[in-house]
Amino acid sequence: MHWSMTRLTFALGAALALSITAADARPVKWARGADALTLDPHSQNEGPTIAFSNQVYEALTTRDNANKLIPALAVSWKLADPTTWEFKLRQNVKFHNGDPFTADDVVFSYNRALQPTSDYKGYLAGVKEIVKVDDYTVQVKTTGPNPLVADNLTSVFIMSKKWSEANNTTKVQDFKNKEENFAVRNANGTGPFSLVSREPDVKTVLKRNDAYWGRGEVPLEITELTLVPIKQDATRVAALLSGEMDVVQDVPVQDIERLKNAPKMRVTEGPENRTIFFGFDVGSPELASSDVKGKNPFKDVRVREAVSLSLNRTAIQRVVMRGQAVPAGTIAPPFVNGYKKEFDANAGAADVAKAKSLMAAAGYPNGFSISLHCPNDRYLNDEAICQAAVGMMGQIGLKVNMISQSKSLHFPVLQNVKSDFYMLGWGVPTYDSDYIFSFLYHTREGTRGGWNATRYSNPEVDKLIQSLSSETDKPKRDATIAQIWDKLRPEHLYAAIHHQMLAHAMKNDIEVPVRPDNIIFFKQVAFKKS
Amino acid sequence: MIAYILRSLAQAVMVMLAVALLAFSMFRFVGDPVANMVGQEASVKEREELAERLGLNKPFPIQFANYVTDMARGEFGMSYRQGRPVADLLRERAPATIELAFLSSLFALVFGIALGVYAAINRRGILANLAMSISLIGVSLPTFLIGIGMIYLFAVELRWLPSFGRGDVVRLGWWSTGLLTESGRKSLIMPVLTLGLFQMTLIMRLVRAEMLEALRTDYVKFARARGIPERAISFRHALRNTMIPVVTIAGLQFGAVIAFAIVTETVFQWPGLGALFIQAVQYVDIPVMAAYLMFVAFVFVVVNLAVDLIYFAVDPRLRGTTVAAK
Repeated sequence: MHWSMTRLTFALGAALALSITAADARPVKWARGADALTLDPHSQNEGPTIAFSNQVYEALTTRDNANKLIPALAVSWKLADPTTWEFKLRQNVKFHNGDPFTADDVVFSYNRALQPTSDYKGYLAGVKEIVKVDDYTVQVKTTGPNPLVADNLTSVFIMSKKWSEANNTTKVQDFKNKEENFAVRNANGTGPFSLVSREPDVKTVLKRNDAYWGRGEVPLEITELTLVPIKQDATRVAALLSGEMDVVQDVPVQDIERLKNAPKMRVTEGPENRTIFFGFDVGSPELASSDVKGKNPFKDVRVREAVSLSLNRTAIQRVVMRGQAVPAGTIAPPFVNGYKKEFDANAGAADVAKAKSLMAAAGYPNGFSISLHCPNDRYLNDEAICQAAVGMMGQIGLKVNMISQSKSLHFPVLQNVKSDFYMLGWGVPTYDSDYIFSFLYHTREGTRGGWNATRYSNPEVDKLIQSLSSETDKPKRDATIAQIWDKLRPEHLYAAIHHQMLAHAMKNDIEVPVRPDNIIFFKQVAFKKS
Repeated sequence: MIAYILRSLAQAVMVMLAVALLAFSMFRFVGDPVANMVGQEASVKEREELAERLGLNKPFPIQFANYVTDMARGEFGMSYRQGRPVADLLRERAPATIELAFLSSLFALVFGIALGVYAAINRRGILANLAMSISLIGVSLPTFLIGIGMIYLFAVELRWLPSFGRGDVVRLGWWSTGLLTESGRKSLIMPVLTLGLFQMTLIMRLVRAEMLEALRTDYVKFARARGIPERAISFRHALRNTMIPVVTIAGLQFGAVIAFAIVTETVFQWPGLGALFIQAVQYVDIPVMAAYLMFVAFVFVVVNLAVDLIYFAVDPRLRGTTVAAK
């Protein structure tokens, strides 16, 4: 009969199609510890959201796996005049809905990212105006000479002006509105994957963008990418081991050995662009939580150095982090412009004898008591690190009272500068020391010093830091950076602990390297024949 | 009867208002939502602007009054975390939790009563004592441990069941159910067992104790003397009279079900209200937290009202002397 012939043909066709595609391309399920908060690329500036946006949207520039700045939607850029950067845009690029990508979209997207409700305006600090020169040339005008404009743009994603206007999402989500913004659950970008469906906290399905401009340059073998958030560590690892997931991006430290020994699994490891450290209040006349009355022991650099010397970072690396950390001597991760290898030399071992003598010389041979503020759900094993450090600091007489709380409670304490002694972790998305100086060492005023809870304020250093934003001569700028580090490092304003490491786990026909910014570019995945 | 119901409803509204007030006053101590809503780079000025826009700087009585009036109009506000209306979130996630809670309670009731009766009738049987001992495991091991243990056994080692999630769900209007698809049913097994195990233990032991008590009463002795079959005595007479305490306990246990549902949903990545609440707490998503607490208060009030009505239906001794409401 005629319908059974049709069925037979379908079945044969399907079998043929499957047999051709099975070896070279397949869907991939990607598990993370947290979901992307929103699909709006200008709304929430946080890790999992940016990592997800990078699959669907693109920016003018990006970084390759060796952290070098490379072209993405812009093919080249140069200084047209001291306060104008000119970008030449890539041609023949289309958004997922077919709209062509032009300079209008760049102007629109940057203005959208500058709105008050956008969380991405920090990346466009110092930008005065964005001007369209022609369909494929855009000029970014800054208030003063700014050497880092291209570096800062790697996370400012480009949306389609036409699509945004048609769907009433020209403004970023404002929490005062009663209605949901269209961009929260819909996406239209130029990236290698396009959105199929979004169920927040359940799964988000993407499919391969066959018209992607970079199709020949990257393998792009994944046909369908599904992001599945699985909050519980054990369940996430179980889902990988049972075969339900293909890639787990956030691997808990205690499961790394187990996954390395599991059959048909691969684990990749690498350093993250983030340092974990302790901060001291060096500005208050007296410390609220200490038993030393009338003066502030942390004002004395000998005390601060003693604390740093008492920390056995190798032990923390081995016992608390199970090898997933790199002992640090300064709060600059290794990829940052301005980092020197000598910063981390001799960071591993503690020198308790020297620490004790420094404490005695400063006038505290029996130590003193102090409270340490610590988050318990932000960094890898943050509470455990603090706990270990408390024991180590006890050796030099410090009786530390640990106050460990959720990040929602811990970070406001730092924002309100109400801590004597605290733990903080700092990532550097611009890969430049200026980012560290501006937020952590500069006096707390205006747009700078937002995370400097040490109350350190040195006008001379402030001037040097400010000069970095407008110095476009690279050797001169690098020399200033070295000068600032030479001034700041001996002050021991922060006691660095370690640079964090990341690990990803996956089925062994996939290989995904660890990037310091913890982003996986799935377009680069080529399936291995195992 | 009608007056009784009306009085219960008035009490219910009072309870909900009290919960709202308590919950709201606690929110000032759970942390700063602005810290979670902005990235590292946000300046001090930007944070203050956002706090102003969210209305966090207004005095407490005004914030509370605004909140109650919005709730009465059915506006639950926007989730800080997801940027979506809270009412939509509740509607999306409620079916998952309700299905889980209902099925686990059903499992606990059915098996609890059956095993309890069996254990009461065969007091000295080996099987009965075995069931009693094993049930202790259900009560003494924490829910998350049971859940994770089952995942590793059934999902990783045996690969019989999925390790997380609801599987494929079928939408019926605004409801979504996992009972109509095979993957949905498979996904339900472990969470329902995890959540139902401790309830079942309690009900089983309670039924057994009450049954043993009931089987010693005079009216049972007279029934036996009359020659009524043992089966009829156990199920039609003795069991019915044990149901009052069981129903009371089951109603009260519902609180525990909601509470442990949070743990179960987190372990199994079950997209229900419990998981939503935990994420809201960690993110300081105040609108979601407030809405969830109001929902829980509402559930309690409804359950207790239902329990009171079931008393009338189940115990024949009460029906004869209907209490006239004053």
